[in-house]
Amino acid sequence: MAAEKMALAKAINESLRSALEADPKVLVMGEDVGKLGGVFRVTDGLQKDFGESRVIDTPLAESGIVGTAIGLALRGYRPVVEIQFDGFVFPAYDQIVTQLAKMHARSLGKVKLPVVVRIPYGGGIGAVEHHSESPEALFAHVSGLKVVSPSNASDAYWMMQQAIQSDDPVIFFEPKRRYWDKAEVNTEAIPGPLHKARVVREGTDLTLAAYGPMVKLCQEVADAAAEEGKSLEVLDLRSVSPLDFDSIQTSVEKTRRLVVVHEAPVFFGSGAEIAARITERCFYHLEAPVLRVGGYHAPYPPARLEEEYLPGLDRVLDAVDRALAY
Amino acid sequence: MTVESTAPRKPRRSAGTKSTAGKRTTARKSPHAEPELVQLLTPEGERVENAEYDKYVAGITPEELRGLYRDMVLTRRFDAEATSLQRQGELGLWASLLGQEAAQIGSGRALRDDDYVFPTYREHGVAWCRGVDPTNLLGMFRGVNNGGWDPNGNNFHLYTIVIGSQTLHATGYAMGIAKDGADSAVIAYFGDGASSQGDVAESFTFSAVYNAPVVFFCQNNQWAISEPTEKQTRVPLYQRAQGFGFPGVRVDGNDVLASLAVTKWALERARSGEGPTLVEAYTYRMGAHTTSDDPTRYRGDEERLAWEAKDPILRLRRYLEASNHADEGFFAELEAESEALGRRVREAVRAMPDPDHFAMFENVYADGHALVDEERAQFAAYQASFADVEGA
Ligand SMILES: Cc1ncc(C[n+]2csc(CCOP(=O)(O)OP(=O)(O)O)c2C)c(N)n1
Repeated sequence: MAAEKMALAKAINESLRSALEADPKVLVMGEDVGKLGGVFRVTDGLQKDFGESRVIDTPLAESGIVGTAIGLALRGYRPVVEIQFDGFVFPAYDQIVTQLAKMHARSLGKVKLPVVVRIPYGGGIGAVEHHSESPEALFAHVSGLKVVSPSNASDAYWMMQQAIQSDDPVIFFEPKRRYWDKAEVNTEAIPGPLHKARVVREGTDLTLAAYGPMVKLCQEVADAAAEEGKSLEVLDLRSVSPLDFDSIQTSVEKTRRLVVVHEAPVFFGSGAEIAARITERCFYHLEAPVLRVGGYHAPYPPARLEEEYLPGLDRVLDAVDRALAY
Repeated sequence: MTVESTAPRKPRRSAGTKSTAGKRTTARKSPHAEPELVQLLTPEGERVENAEYDKYVAGITPEELRGLYRDMVLTRRFDAEATSLQRQGELGLWASLLGQEAAQIGSGRALRDDDYVFPTYREHGVAWCRGVDPTNLLGMFRGVNNGGWDPNGNNFHLYTIVIGSQTLHATGYAMGIAKDGADSAVIAYFGDGASSQGDVAESFTFSAVYNAPVVFFCQNNQWAISEPTEKQTRVPLYQRAQGFGFPGVRVDGNDVLASLAVTKWALERARSGEGPTLVEAYTYRMGAHTTSDDPTRYRGDEERLAWEAKDPILRLRRYLEASNHADEGFFAELEAESEALGRRVREAVRAMPDPDHFAMFENVYADGHALVDEERAQFAAYQASFADVEGA
């Protein structure tokens, strides 16, 4: 298999499969990851092919899942753990923040924790409470963790490969509403670095920066804006921590305007960090303040309101218009 | 009938005959196969004597028995209606209680009005017993709210989706009752899967240390989505309590009488200052975990068929018929009532309005918050900008 069109969920499945094949130390762990193949079927068929000692159905205990993954990593394994939904990572938050993130520093670099924490995140699928949140800023705020989010199947495949190979813990946010989107995946390509942003569409009037589920939306926004004669550049940041400020800077120096789009609440979100740094770096280039489009300072609403809460085409276009009006 | 409990004042009966000898492979001692449980009605509907628990249902009248039957039938009807409403696109999701009616109605009817219930997300039968209008339970599954009822209205807390969290709330509430010197009790529902969560272990610790008047009611429906109970524990769940210093008992969760009796016993202990109890209701989730689940991927039909033979409703019906406690008229009337309930639920769901767009900014804080006010105003201006366009 070299290049093949596949859905994002399938690409992660293939990536896990090849990692399990390549390295006997790689483990997959989580609730329902075995026979069921996970509630999104991301681990479908892996237990059948690699057995219960490599693809492990865990008890229903997130702190236990991450805590034991730390222990397994200390013993030389490379666990890839699944948290079933974004809202259920919090029982494990203590293990992630106080242990997983800090052990490397605490051991003066003697201990490495190559643990990947996979979290299906974000909304747009009409789910009930705790199934649609975007908690990436909570993790990006913690030093010692890498936080990444692919936006398409090809990145999903390759970023998972790189996350597993990383000796640092990686929080791997999977945009669940894009799980079924298909794209070409070349499993023999040479991928760029995990933390590198990518220009997915060139433009001259304004830069839209996004990651994960919002990249596709920003591409649609750029299409719509093009019909009105506006040329938008779209950046897929891919990694939230580290953040590729150089790529954003390069783009902003060209377009002079920046709108950051994410699903998470805007207040203290990743857009705030981007706005602050880009203002510092590009103060004399900017024609407009950096604007942010994201969630409100309110709990993620019930499904019938999520379209109002989530950034959509109109809300992003509105921000684009406001930025262009300066 | 055998009783197995860690309660010190209970005589220990036959310890079960299951042997794992000869199974050296994974040497798995299945908590499924543990035979001891409290049962007052056999699957055939025969009333069996139980020296420990008979007294808790001794005075039960035929009318009360019919009431339990009615509760179970109507709860099942409501549940079936919700499942089909989900299939028709009226609900985004539904977590069915099919098969767990006896555990829920039995325990729910053991409660007093001043007791407090902390459910998970599947306790539709308990809600019924508390007098919560069943249509209130559907809002969160339809996606119009995240709860939607006043927990203090019926002493029935909001559904909790994060597994196990509510057991600590229940414990704290019970600690409060004890501090107040009141004699009400608290019951916390959770699943066999949830028993693995740290929060549940912590609630056991706190409730034991503070002697809190709380009953932990674990519905072991054999599955946590695709994971069987063996993936959570190597010992029968009720035995866990012993290690925390309070009694645990396993009850036949498909037997409404036994569920009622055992829960009454546990509540009485709580009220009289004897502290927490763990009740493991051994039952079965006959349907899918939720409407998004596909159980054919992880379990076969034989298991379900075996459990269908132990159906909680059928069992009580057999008993009612054999003991002449109910006649054809009763069953016919109930059938009609059941249809009417189905209709009412269907109509109520279809009439349920979508929430106002501004609802998401409501109740974020009790005191109000400048940022929320600012964002609400921005949202209003943004919405109004469309009105201008449409009006132009
Ligand atoms: C902390 C947390 N982790 C994962 C989930 C996802 N989840 C919802 S229900 C469920 C299974 C629960 O099984 P059990 O506790 O046995 O209760 P049952 O649904 O069988 O009644 C899981 C894993 C969750 N809701 N909360």
